Amino acid sequence: MTIAPDVPDQARPTSDALFRAGPSRRPRNMGQIIRWMLLFAGGILMVMPIAYMISTSLKWPFEVYNVNLIPEEPTLDNYAYVLEDGRFYLWFWNSLLIAAITTVSNLFFDSLIGYTLCKFRFPGRQLVFIAILSTLMIPTEMLVIPWYLMSQSFGWLDSYWGIMFPGLMTAFGTFLMKQFFESVPDDFIEAARIDGLNEFQIWWTVAMPLVKPALAALAIFVFLGNWTAFLWPLIVTNSTDMYTLPVGLSSFGDEADVAWELIMTGAAISTIPTLVVFLIFQRFIIRGVVMAGLKG
Amino acid sequence: MAQLVLRNLVKRYGATEVLHGINLDVADGEFVVFVGPSGCGKSTTLRMIAGLEEVSDGVIEIGGREVNHLEPKERDIAMVFQNYAIYPHMSVKKNIAFGLRSSKMSKPDKDKRIQEVAAILGMTDLLERKPNQLSGGQRQRVAIGRAMVRDPAVFLFDEPLSNLDAQLRTQMRLEIKKLHQRVGNTIVFVTHDQVEAMTMADRIVIMKDGHIQQVGTPDEVYHKPANTFVARFIGAPSMNMLDAELSEGRVIMPEGLSFPMGPTAEARSGRITLGVRPDDLVPRETDALIQGKVTVREPLGAETLIYVDTPGGEIVAKADGRNPPSVGEQVRLGADPDNLHVFDRETGMVVR
Repeated sequence: MTIAPDVPDQARPTSDALFRAGPSRRPRNMGQIIRWMLLFAGGILMVMPIAYMISTSLKWPFEVYNVNLIPEEPTLDNYAYVLEDGRFYLWFWNSLLIAAITTVSNLFFDSLIGYTLCKFRFPGRQLVFIAILSTLMIPTEMLVIPWYLMSQSFGWLDSYWGIMFPGLMTAFGTFLMKQFFESVPDDFIEAARIDGLNEFQIWWTVAMPLVKPALAALAIFVFLGNWTAFLWPLIVTNSTDMYTLPVGLSSFGDEADVAWELIMTGAAISTIPTLVVFLIFQRFIIRGVVMAGLKG
Repeated sequence: MAQLVLRNLVKRYGATEVLHGINLDVADGEFVVFVGPSGCGKSTTLRMIAGLEEVSDGVIEIGGREVNHLEPKERDIAMVFQNYAIYPHMSVKKNIAFGLRSSKMSKPDKDKRIQEVAAILGMTDLLERKPNQLSGGQRQRVAIGRAMVRDPAVFLFDEPLSNLDAQLRTQMRLEIKKLHQRVGNTIVFVTHDQVEAMTMADRIVIMKDGHIQQVGTPDEVYHKPANTFVARFIGAPSMNMLDAELSEGRVIMPEGLSFPMGPTAEARSGRITLGVRPDDLVPRETDALIQGKVTVREPLGAETLIYVDTPGGEIVAKADGRNPPSVGEQVRLGADPDNLHVFDRETGMVVR
């Protein structure tokens, strides 16, 4: 039998290429200069709060209300104080546990529901999808009272379960995953069906590996969302032992005086895990969001 | 044994019937090609055989066993898809092994089988590669390998060559034919390309609008088309169709030319459609079939296609490549009566 010459496909441009900075780019015209200036201003706007957070965390209490970015007498005492406070580690752990479980739950349920809505034809499919999407239009503030009443009736107040249950599956995640599964050709699924896999195996073995970028993006969105969640954990928790990090940090100080330098110190430390997660997955998150946009 | 039998196969989507009672017997080891234009129902038929579409009515039997209500995995079939459907996140080896997931073979036996298939397809050196490191033809071979590894009763191919360029398509066509000669499994192959059908099939099934138009060997469907659709669909360039009258054993063309059709046509008379293939038309002064002016020449090397404007419409003929008529030249063309096809003008069915 004759064999075809071994000619791999030409490398096609990928979405990575869109974000790969060139070695040296100089503005070529006025429009480009204005665009760069706007981007620079936007960048400053984004960075300033973070810079102030770090700056405040290095200030003594008397200097907190000075607007200067560089502290007059920088100190690491705030970091020592926060890190020596045992509650900080407990809140950190609470946040980590809740964010991790919620992320895993979302990856599982959102992708399972998204896959089902995308690849199975059943009566009422569109209706279910629209119903799920419509929940995106309801603001969290409107939901906290029903959530609270539910938690109360189930005995979940002041518990991990109570904090986590509203976010274990999200409409946004379902939508994101459904859009990504649209890009998985039906041929893959039918081929696997002929090869003898059941529907759950097809989802797990064939479809899920093909939407890894979306899973990574969803993981980051959900993790960040839960790591920084404030309103619901504040409402559902009573004891300081159940606080999450944002709720715990807000409790620094007393009624008369808020200890901003300690809050900012805790906030600065709490950004580290999210930074690490983001740096690891940023390649996926950018690709994920871009692809979701194209498909949508 | 792996005969495939289709009995009164019907497919409906809601109230719309798209397949209207397909009957076909495919013998064990036969290579059957379904061919037809888009929307004729050939892929739907294949997907019903595979179990990917439900059967609305009728019976499908594989190896003497009715499979209508069996899952695809229980039908002892394997399918090669138009888009290959090889998993991009798995190596070639894992893709081929995927076909054996539900097999009860031991791991050494599976490995041996994968190596055998890889050797047949000339892919032994590529087993650790990912699909994005393969050319189009290699990917198609992986897809075939995944189907082959299970040694199914029936192979189903759904337009597997459509995504390949012309040269590779010709090469893969030959490879699939050689593969069939080597492994001898029953193959049902779907294509819209009549050249693929003619070159690969033991028998061709020509479909249109959910009906089988003709089933026959490549020779039969080319030389004895059952109706005008088959006559036009098979062969490139298409058969010329001319309106004519049949009277007392002679064909009378609209412009007054006439010629004898021979004794078999003597008993018939009336309005007919006369079919003649471009390669059967030759320059002829007496008993010419048509005359007209050459409008376009298409040189193909050994021969040249000439388009001739006649009172009955434009016709195409093949001329000698070395000395073809010039554009604007008047030509008279005729054909051996044995090579003429006579169709009923109303029904389109062959008369002779």
